[in-house]
Amino acid sequence: MTALASFGRFLYDFVIGDDWTTAVGVVVAVGLAALLVHAGWAGWWLPPLVVVASLSLSLWRGTRGIDAE
Amino acid sequence: MSGVFLFLASFLASAVEGVEALTIVLAVGVSRGWRSTLFGVAAASAALAAVVLVLGPALTVIPIRGLRVVVGGLLLVFGLQWLRKAILRASGFKALHDEEAIYRREAAQAAAAGETTRASMDWYSFTVAFKGVLLEGLEVAFIVVTFGSNQGNIPLAAAGAVAAIVVVAIVGLRVRAPLGRVPENTMKYAVGLLLTTFGTFWAAEGAGVSWPGGDLALLVLLAFYAAASWILIRLLTARHAALSLPAAGTAVGR
Repeated sequence: MTALASFGRFLYDFVIGDDWTTAVGVVVAVGLAALLVHAGWAGWWLPPLVVVASLSLSLWRGTRGIDAE
Repeated sequence: MSGVFLFLASFLASAVEGVEALTIVLAVGVSRGWRSTLFGVAAASAALAAVVLVLGPALTVIPIRGLRVVVGGLLLVFGLQWLRKAILRASGFKALHDEEAIYRREAAQAAAAGETTRASMDWYSFTVAFKGVLLEGLEVAFIVVTFGSNQGNIPLAAAGAVAAIVVVAIVGLRVRAPLGRVPENTMKYAVGLLLTTFGTFWAAEGAGVSWPGGDLALLVLLAFYAAASWILIRLLTARHAALSLPAAGTAVGR
């Protein structure tokens, strides 16, 4: 169990990294693009905007605690 | 055009991780001897080659659309991790990577580790070198496999990675010191931009998106992400200055 937990932690660090918001942003970007395409609309414009928004959110989260110091 | 980006992304990612692995290997090798250290490097290199050789062909049997969603998504997550770190470092919120400090720390730990020789192998040197090369190389192996399989050219991606390792090893052997002057943050930023660009392109294609202009959209995406990250660096740098925070200095971790 400990080895499994260690491997899980390694996998999380490897794939998700320091902040989970970018990974969630990627899932949201791809999912919304798929929905737009499925509805018959052009979906190309959406993923880059969601990606930059999630990166900005992640950077804000990563630096906001510093304000209080 | 895609081939050039493929080679460049593999080369830069591998060079950055290679510089970090070299620091660990040099510190252990110089402090405790080279034989066991080089065995550790060879074992880790073989493990990484096995990852590429097993995972590469396995990915090619997945239908292209599913492959693009999964692999594009993974590349995008990796790219955003690299980009995030590079932006935080460029704006002063995160300490720059300091290879000299890491070298001093690793060398001190290696010297203090004591006797660990069994069966004529110094297991401390072997283990530290093995772990250092494997952990630094694993992300590169994934980039080579995922980038290469999506482009249908794993050998070209692998060639970029191997070329970088050869360059880093030759320079490292010549100077026999950690490569502190390599602009690691700039290289990480470039890799982050490339992975984010291609990750977005492929993941969206896998989701059914048609990019206007086809492959030319890659250049537009690259320019868009470069501009967006430049704005984010400027905003964060100004915020760092407004908060009157001291410079983050240098880091001895990842």
